[in-house]
Amino acid sequence: MRRNYGPIYVAPITFWLCAFLSVPLLITLSYSFMEKGLYGGVELHFSLAAYKSLLNTAVLKVLLNTIIIAVASTTIIVILALPTAYYIARSSKKNILLMLIIIPFWTNFLIRIYAWIAILGSNGLLNSFLLSTGLIDSHIQFLYNRYAIILVIIYTTIPFAIFPLYSTIEKFDFSLIEAAMDLGASKKRALWEVMIPNIRTGIITAVLFTFIPIFGNFAVPQLVGGTSSWMLGNLIVRELNITRNWPLASSISVVLTSVTMIGVLFFMRSQSKKEL
Amino acid sequence: MTKPGKFSLGVFSFVTIFLHIPLAILVISSFNSSKSMRWEGFSLKWYHELFYNSEPLWHSFYNSFIVAISSAIVATIIGSLGAIGLCWYNFRMKKTIQALTFFPIILPEIIIGVSILIFFNKIGLNLSLLTIFLAHVTFNIPFVLMTVMARLEEFDFSIIEAAYDLGASEFDMLIRVLLPISMPGIVAGLLLAVTLSLEDFVITFFVAGPGSSTLPLHIFSMIRFGVSPTINALSVVIIAGTALLALSTRNLYSSLLKS
Repeated sequence: MRRNYGPIYVAPITFWLCAFLSVPLLITLSYSFMEKGLYGGVELHFSLAAYKSLLNTAVLKVLLNTIIIAVASTTIIVILALPTAYYIARSSKKNILLMLIIIPFWTNFLIRIYAWIAILGSNGLLNSFLLSTGLIDSHIQFLYNRYAIILVIIYTTIPFAIFPLYSTIEKFDFSLIEAAMDLGASKKRALWEVMIPNIRTGIITAVLFTFIPIFGNFAVPQLVGGTSSWMLGNLIVRELNITRNWPLASSISVVLTSVTMIGVLFFMRSQSKKEL
Repeated sequence: MTKPGKFSLGVFSFVTIFLHIPLAILVISSFNSSKSMRWEGFSLKWYHELFYNSEPLWHSFYNSFIVAISSAIVATIIGSLGAIGLCWYNFRMKKTIQALTFFPIILPEIIIGVSILIFFNKIGLNLSLLTIFLAHVTFNIPFVLMTVMARLEEFDFSIIEAAYDLGASEFDMLIRVLLPISMPGIVAGLLLAVTLSLEDFVITFFVAGPGSSTLPLHIFSMIRFGVSPTINALSVVIIAGTALLALSTRNLYSSLLKS
């Protein structure tokens, strides 16, 4: 019997991820159960103070806003991404059409946010245009509200839904649609009742790949949102860097991680159901 | 064969136009001589400003470059070795290690940023390019792992057994069999890691210290001060670079697969 080299190959990756991922996550979890230190950091006492302050109305308002933004953007993204991915998968020029989606997607994330600031900002393109046509006579602020956040989030996140949907639709056997139509189903009904259940994995992946980064987003609301449209990410950054209440920042992180994990478990369950 | 209908063509066109128009606007306004968004004539002055008058920006780009190359190389070595182990060997705790490698992908970036910042603070490591490097290796490892594993899964373990049967040592087998067949995956993983590192804003935001700004962090601080024509010019350079990279990666990858 030869020696099993498997553990040697995986030793570096295991060590690295334990040191720089597992240990940091455990420290963050433990910080959420401690008291806030006087000058930042924590006091080593067990305390539920951080979780109690999560029930504060201001925090709950931010949580609600985060959920509204995440649900609304994810819904719109999937509705737009599904026909888009379908069209690309059915086209004879798949590669070129995919490139059209990939190039904006690979462009720096902040540049893509900035493009919308240049369009919607008070000195932006839309304002200059409306002012020059005389439709308005003073600058309108289109930014710094919830709608601006949703728009920019859809813009930056939609490729995350298009790619998984594309790869499942591409593998789907379209002769099934023809069979359904031969049996008298309309094309619409055939797509809805035959294709959609078959690409369920792709749809769930798309929802997860968009919902998770949106739920934890902080750059978009930081740049195009106002203080009234804050998301959980902004709250974490404030508690970490400005207020320096690390237990509170940790407890919000724990909530965010839990929501994500529930989503992932739901995904894995529906995957295993499919295999049965 | 059923053809895609007018409805899906309509949505596809809408989405594509929606994705490209904002970038097209940046390209056009980068040639505008006015500081505002109103067109006042063609000019290359913002490019001049970008290339000759933006010392801090180029310094941050240099930082980004150093971090991207070094973290991608380390992540590629660790990730490729891990892929070989997880793909072709069985051992205790394999499932646990596999689950661990999914974490950086499924966790929101902000969680990785927050926890790794708290960790660096706890062990007393000052924030610098080193902390950015450590964080980037961490989030890059799973992406390299997945890319290399996808390549390895195309092959049968029997080729390894054949190498052993012909008397190859583990080292010979690694260098002469495994490395050549997984090379397209390794190169793709490396390129992906470089791209992700150059692009990362959220995690870097937490672990960067004073004086260790990367390009995305620098762009972030410029955007916070509002619209600046220099960013328009920079955007054009980035968009062009992205398009070139996207096209060349595809060609490189397909030529590697053929060889």
